[in-house]
Amino acid sequence: MSNAVSALQGVSSAGFATVTEAGLRGMITLRGDHNAASLRQAVTDIVGVDMPEVRRCTRAGERAAAWMSPDELLIMVPYADAPDVVARLSAALEGMHGLAVNMSDARAVFMVEGTAEGSAREVLAKLAPVDMSRAAFTQGMFRRTRLAQAAVAFGAVGDDAFELICFRSEAQYVFDLLSMSAKSGSQVGVF
Amino acid sequence: MSTRLSTGGRLLDKTKQVTFQFNGRRLRGLQGDTLASALLANDQMLMGRSFKYHRPRGVVASGAEEPNGLVNLGRGGTFEPNARVTTTELFDGLTAESQNHWPSLDFDVGVLNNYASRFMPAGFYYKTFMAPAPAWKHLFEPLIRRAAGLGKAPKDRDADRYEHFYAFVDVLVIGGGIAGLQGARAAGQAGAKVMLVEQTAHWGGRAPVDGVEIDGQPADAWVKNTLQQLENMDNVTIRSRTMGAGVYDHGYALAYERLTDHAPAQDIPRHRLWRIRAGQIITATGAIERPLAFAGNDIPGVMLASAVRDYAVNFAVSPGDRTVVVTNNDDAYRTAITLKQAGLEIPVILDARPNGGGALADQARALGVRVENGKAIASVKGGKRVTAVDICAQAGEGSVLETIDCDAVAMSGGWSPVVHLWSHCGGKLLWDEGEAHFRPNPDAAPKGAQGQDFVITAGIASGAMDSAAVLADATQAGKTAAVRMGHIAPDMAAPKADAEEPAPLLPVWKMPQGAGYKLRSKMWLDFQNDVKVSDVQLAAQEGYESVEHTKRYTTIGMATDQGKLSNINGLAILADSLNEAIPAVGTTTFRPPYTPISMGSIGGDASGDLFQPVNQTPLHQWGSDNGAYWEPVGHWRRAYCYQRDGETVEQAVHREVLATRNSLGLLDASTLGKIIVKGPDAGKFLDMMYTNMMSNLKQGKCRYGLMCTENGFLTDDGVVARIDEDTWLCHTTTGGAARIHAHMEEWLQTEWWDWKVYTVNATEQYGQIAVVGPNARAVLEKLGGMDVSKEALGFMEWKEGQIGGFDARVFRISFSGELSFEIAVPASQTRAFWDALHAAGAEFDATAYGTEALHILRAEKGFIMIGDETDGTIIPQDLGLHWALSKKKDDYLGKRAQQRIHMTDPDRWQLVGLETTDGSTLPDGAYAVAEGVNANGQRNTQGRVTSTYHSPTLGKGIAMGLVWNGPERMGEVINFPMLDGTSKTAKIVSPVFYDPEGKKQNV
Amino acid sequence: MLILECPYCGIHAEETELHAGGQAHIKRETVGADDAAFEAYLFTRANPRGVHLERWRHVNGCGKWFHAARSTTTLEVFGTYPAQTLTPPDDIRAAITAKHPDWSFEGWQGAT
Repeated sequence: MSNAVSALQGVSSAGFATVTEAGLRGMITLRGDHNAASLRQAVTDIVGVDMPEVRRCTRAGERAAAWMSPDELLIMVPYADAPDVVARLSAALEGMHGLAVNMSDARAVFMVEGTAEGSAREVLAKLAPVDMSRAAFTQGMFRRTRLAQAAVAFGAVGDDAFELICFRSEAQYVFDLLSMSAKSGSQVGVF
Repeated sequence: MSTRLSTGGRLLDKTKQVTFQFNGRRLRGLQGDTLASALLANDQMLMGRSFKYHRPRGVVASGAEEPNGLVNLGRGGTFEPNARVTTTELFDGLTAESQNHWPSLDFDVGVLNNYASRFMPAGFYYKTFMAPAPAWKHLFEPLIRRAAGLGKAPKDRDADRYEHFYAFVDVLVIGGGIAGLQGARAAGQAGAKVMLVEQTAHWGGRAPVDGVEIDGQPADAWVKNTLQQLENMDNVTIRSRTMGAGVYDHGYALAYERLTDHAPAQDIPRHRLWRIRAGQIITATGAIERPLAFAGNDIPGVMLASAVRDYAVNFAVSPGDRTVVVTNNDDAYRTAITLKQAGLEIPVILDARPNGGGALADQARALGVRVENGKAIASVKGGKRVTAVDICAQAGEGSVLETIDCDAVAMSGGWSPVVHLWSHCGGKLLWDEGEAHFRPNPDAAPKGAQGQDFVITAGIASGAMDSAAVLADATQAGKTAAVRMGHIAPDMAAPKADAEEPAPLLPVWKMPQGAGYKLRSKMWLDFQNDVKVSDVQLAAQEGYESVEHTKRYTTIGMATDQGKLSNINGLAILADSLNEAIPAVGTTTFRPPYTPISMGSIGGDASGDLFQPVNQTPLHQWGSDNGAYWEPVGHWRRAYCYQRDGETVEQAVHREVLATRNSLGLLDASTLGKIIVKGPDAGKFLDMMYTNMMSNLKQGKCRYGLMCTENGFLTDDGVVARIDEDTWLCHTTTGGAARIHAHMEEWLQTEWWDWKVYTVNATEQYGQIAVVGPNARAVLEKLGGMDVSKEALGFMEWKEGQIGGFDARVFRISFSGELSFEIAVPASQTRAFWDALHAAGAEFDATAYGTEALHILRAEKGFIMIGDETDGTIIPQDLGLHWALSKKKDDYLGKRAQQRIHMTDPDRWQLVGLETTDGSTLPDGAYAVAEGVNANGQRNTQGRVTSTYHSPTLGKGIAMGLVWNGPERMGEVINFPMLDGTSKTAKIVSPVFYDPEGKKQNV
Repeated sequence: MLILECPYCGIHAEETELHAGGQAHIKRETVGADDAAFEAYLFTRANPRGVHLERWRHVNGCGKWFHAARSTTTLEVFGTYPAQTLTPPDDIRAAITAKHPDWSFEGWQGAT
């Protein structure tokens, strides 16, 4: 619907890295046995991306599939497509034990991108107990963890660009954390 | 006097003057000074007062081990007490005030304690303030509290910000002296990912001060070259002003980086706490010189010999014009030589060893310095400053042989490796007889997650006592660490430095050896806490044989320096008093942090608005714009009420209740948990989770359910809706969504993992709005869309469709007793839907209501609230909810527990309504008293209030409570004593105060 | 601060990503159990000095429960394994007995 709005309506901040709310994104929680042929087939046929390996996210344009747990994927599609994709996934899973739920509105998405001044990796390394070095966190990786006190998941979408997903209700907290950590002058200079 | 020298000052930029204030006086220093060196350059030797006796205290050390030079630093939002002058870098505009004195540093009333000191030995407080008991609370404690404590607590909010940083390395090297640099170089050349941290702003540690030559170059040059090499390695990170604060389990370490303490104007975090996970940790933490225990060793002007040398070489400051050196080892001769070469006077070197020193002693003599072997200080003369020393034979009882005028004393009792970081995580120590110190036992290192050693010491921290040995040890440490992390050791020889062959050290624990009580009671061990040789001896005599007990009884080592100077000397005195060997007495436990770190750095980002995450519903902004009076519910913020112009909170609540009862109320119920449960075994699973039956719920229907924990107690409640053949939607309480989802997952994953059930916590996918009141249906019909007539959507039914063009799930459920629809719409459209409801509802005076109105509405109807009627000890049976306990089911969580004797006890208090006899409102939590007293002499009780409100609908106070045998005692009046001595009486009634027949919700 | 490897997602998670869940391999007692057995199930837990089998949840991560075999004295971790088992798998037992030859699951205080 045209009156749908994302949690922070595209807010952004600029420091040594930029932080931008990415707007509405279609997101589907897909639960089921990752080894089941019908589920794998549904991911490749309906979502249009490869089945992701453990801790990875596969992408094709605006569509993506991220590994969340041994029996859960996060499917990402354009916002308007989500209801249709849920219906098609549910139909494809008919006969197997599975669950597809539209969760597009339950979350907020942020882009964190480095600038000439500093690295986006440092913004995340200030907040998450994760090795953010280039050697350790490479493109295509996807990690569920905590950002200070909030549950989040993030993936590397470029050498120094990250897409971060959190609960919609915590969007303001997460945005404020990221913006403060990215303030100019507070670069750490290790990545 | 202490003064600035014309030569030396390797850390100073003499072209840059810096001004600062000490106790209101404007003083000048130089760029590169510490506050300590700048104060000394201004002849400000007196820097504070001791803790117990308020004795004058001057700086004694030059680094992190300093016990005396503590000041209040800064003002207002940047005020900080107990800042060490020796580790505070001077900057323009610094303000400092000395501590622990009144009215002034020079004249202090508390010093009276000093004259009474023979009446205040160890354990004085424990012994004196025992009885009578009330005196402690009203007399002694307030007195002691006023007198105790160093510094002042800050009054203003901290103006700075702080942050954390998570780093992952193969090898963390702590300490940037030559050992740390060399260790990092060896590990770095092997290809390991290395991080090297140094607590000061400077690299190289003591080597440049001591004139060491490495590979034929002066130490300064070697340090510079090595740093350059490290900076050029991509796999090595180096940070100065970063202290290794603690070593913890599984290779975790904290490092404390001070970013702006030396330059406070910058708008960046003040401190950064590095949370490092290291495969291997090299502690190249150096050593600390031990003081000597002689009478008057606490008088300002008595300093560690190494500190005197540091001030001269690093900061071009001499603590005195005439410095007596007293030692039991060769190293202190370096201080004499340094001062002599700077043109200062050394009246005598007192060497306690009968045969004196080695090559360095010869060098001192060659410079014309008088050296006396086998001699000691009998006592130091002076008050606020050293004026002379009496000298005696070390072997005797202290007969004075000669008095020598001087204004400073440089003492050395030998060196102790800094073993703190090695010991934090369980590394064991060995006693080294020759050096009279504890050093790490390399065969008993801290163990990591795989049982492997993960800490290695390097350099003098290992007990390597000269530069050649230090560099060899550090090279090996770096290689070993890298090899343990899977790298190949580089073909790298240790840099060359001259080995030394000093004359052996003589352990000297008191001076002179046979000192009597009078001298011993003037020999300080712990300068900050005023613990003397005589105190430790008294503790031993009184039976405090364990070192941990002695520490607490005497307070030795409990000051802000944590005994960095006093511990070994104290141990030695205790061992001597107990007639035990020093290693048999053992050390106290070394705990992190190595030196105090700021509370701000520990909190990191979690302060101010970011102290905790605040969960906001899609209607949060509307609430903020419309007078929401927020209350926290879990991490959510919910509107307690929405205040209009001029309204009190109570008025707003009452308006909202009446508007809802009379026409139309709108509630933001988005925070209610919404968990989807799906699968062939979902019905069976929910029958276990809920006390009532959920498997037989018909599609399109809703049922109120109770959840108990395995021990029978109520944990959550909510309405369950059957979505389709194998899908249910479970609503939870506001705070309960994540908890109940986790509770379900725990049972599914760890007990019934063969059941085919999936759950998804879809709480935040939807905003949920309760449309409540006699006009609820009218407003929905006005918006148009699905048929919400009584026939199409009956009570406890739900339907999916469109309302006003919004995709919606409508639940016909009521927590108010009114006609009520709870409508879930996608979160991104909730605000638009809410606005549409207000627009359409204007003609019905649509009124947003908050949580307090919600509470009153439900209490008027006798509905329980998890967290009010329940407190973790309440079972459904207590609340008259027997109807919700399925008798058809063999099992559900809590069923067996509810059969336990205490749970079936007829004396358990039961839920009833309470109505005050005068119409007033009972206080929350009030207890009803019964006849008689219990075993403790307290009044017996027979019930308590669980929810209480003024009901605007009924115009009187209503309450719910748990009362002994309550349901059988309807109409009986019970008594609630108030805190002010009065009491209220209340009649036991049904908890359903309003519309008991349920006519209003069923229309 | 401990690190445990989540057997599901392979992350070497530090303690702040995890939630400790107490003793593992507890058998549920319910309706029909006598008071003593039910009380033991609800309240009695082993607290061995040495090898222990514990429940952990990767709460700030994949959300899965797993078990860890760990020494309560040295904090050495012998291994982690999925929670969907009544007994520790053979490789975990072998890893424990390699360091503690006398240990057996049957002899472990928590075994029921």
